Order: sequence, then C-alpha cells, then structure tokens
Amino acid sequence: MAKQSEIRYLTPLSVDVKKKKYCRFKKSGIRYIDYKDPEFLKKFLNEQGKILPRRITGTSLKFQRRIAQAVKRSRHLALLPYVTDLMK
Amino acid sequence: MNNYETVFILTPVLSDAQMKEAVEKFKKLLTDEGATIVNEENWGLRKLAYPIEKKSTGFYTLLEYQAEPSVINKLEINFRRDERVIRFLTIKQDKFSLEYAEKRRSRKSQKQDAPRFTSKKDAEAVKPEVDAEQVTSNVESEVKED
Repeated sequence: MAKQSEIRYLTPLSVDVKKKKYCRFKKSGIRYIDYKDPEFLKKFLNEQGKILPRRITGTSLKFQRRIAQAVKRSRHLALLPYVTDLMK
Repeated sequence: MNNYETVFILTPVLSDAQMKEAVEKFKKLLTDEGATIVNEENWGLRKLAYPIEKKSTGFYTLLEYQAEPSVINKLEINFRRDERVIRFLTIKQDKFSLEYAEKRRSRKSQKQDAPRFTSKKDAEAVKPEVDAEQVTSNVESEVKED
C-alpha cells in the first residue's frame, strides 16, 4: 500500500472517460426527420456529403434509417449534393 | 383519402407570372381530381445543390393535399410531360410527418411575413421540437471524439 503512493507523476494522469453516445432523436423526442431541411441533415453528412455511420453519430438504428431516407430524398430535390468537396 | 406532399422544381427561365401560372395549373389539376389542398408553400428561386438540365437554380414549390391514390399517378404523368418541371417528389404523409407538417404550418402562420430560408436562422426555426444550437454542438463534439 505504501509503495503505491510513492509513485508520483508530474502531470495528473489523463484517464479518458469515454462519453457514452446516445441517440439524439430518442433523447429529444424527434419523431419525424424532414427532408426539406438540408441544414439539419448536414449534421449527419461528412465533408464529401456522405452519410455518417451510426458508430460516429450514435444514432439508433431506427432513426439512422430515417436519416438515410431523408438525405436521399433531399438529394433528389437538389437540396443536398450527391457528391461534393468541402461542404462545411 | 390519403395525405400527400409534393415538392417540385420549375425551371428558372420562367418569369414570375409564368411560374405562378404553372403552379396554378397543377393546383387546378389536383382540385379537379377531387383533392383538397391543405397547404401551399412557395420557396422562390433557390440554388440547386447540383446542376439539373444544365440549370443551377430553380423555383421550388411545396403542395400538401388530401387525395385518392389514383390522383398521384395522373399528377406525376403531368409532371413528366411538362417541360417546365425539372424535378418532383411526392411522398405519402404518415402519422409522424403529418404531425410535423401541422407544426410547421402553425409555425409558419405565426410569422407569415418572414419567408422561409431567407436566412440560416429562419431555416433552423423550422426544426422539430429541439433546440437547434444544442444539437449542433452535440454532433460536433461527438464527431471530434472519433
């Protein structure tokens, strides 16, 4: 026990506590994702305009499907691009 | 009777009056087929995210209506035949989108003089049931983590 306390660090140890991801739609009670709102959908796209995977955004499967649907509709109406560079 | 919503894009070469006339044509077509129009929104001339038929802008119009399913086919045939229409999309509203559409309408009538999408703030105000700022910061932090 005494030995453990002898070890000292100059900087406090950074223990990364991983923040748990959550589905924002479940949390905030959004039930419908609108394809007419490209600014909102852009949050789920990367720089090239690709849909971000669930493992990054933390969206639940149910809403990931709805995002995908909305993004694809939005692309069809030229509200979002199919391919692009430096969208943000 | 089902609830539908249609967004269509008219070519930008039309004058304002011609554009209105085209919209009226499709509205008339719907009402003649026994549909009742619930809402009409004119988004005006918007930039397209990618060129369609070598055009980079277009007049967007949104129509919400109640109609029999057979009407949709007729409407879409007319869209395809009409050269002025460069893109269209019709969806059937389910209970969630219906609820959302009602909310959107009531929000719109509250501030009627402010047209949609004139500023970023306006576009964000249409978002459903959530604080837009908060959502943005959430996503950003999540994305950074990875």
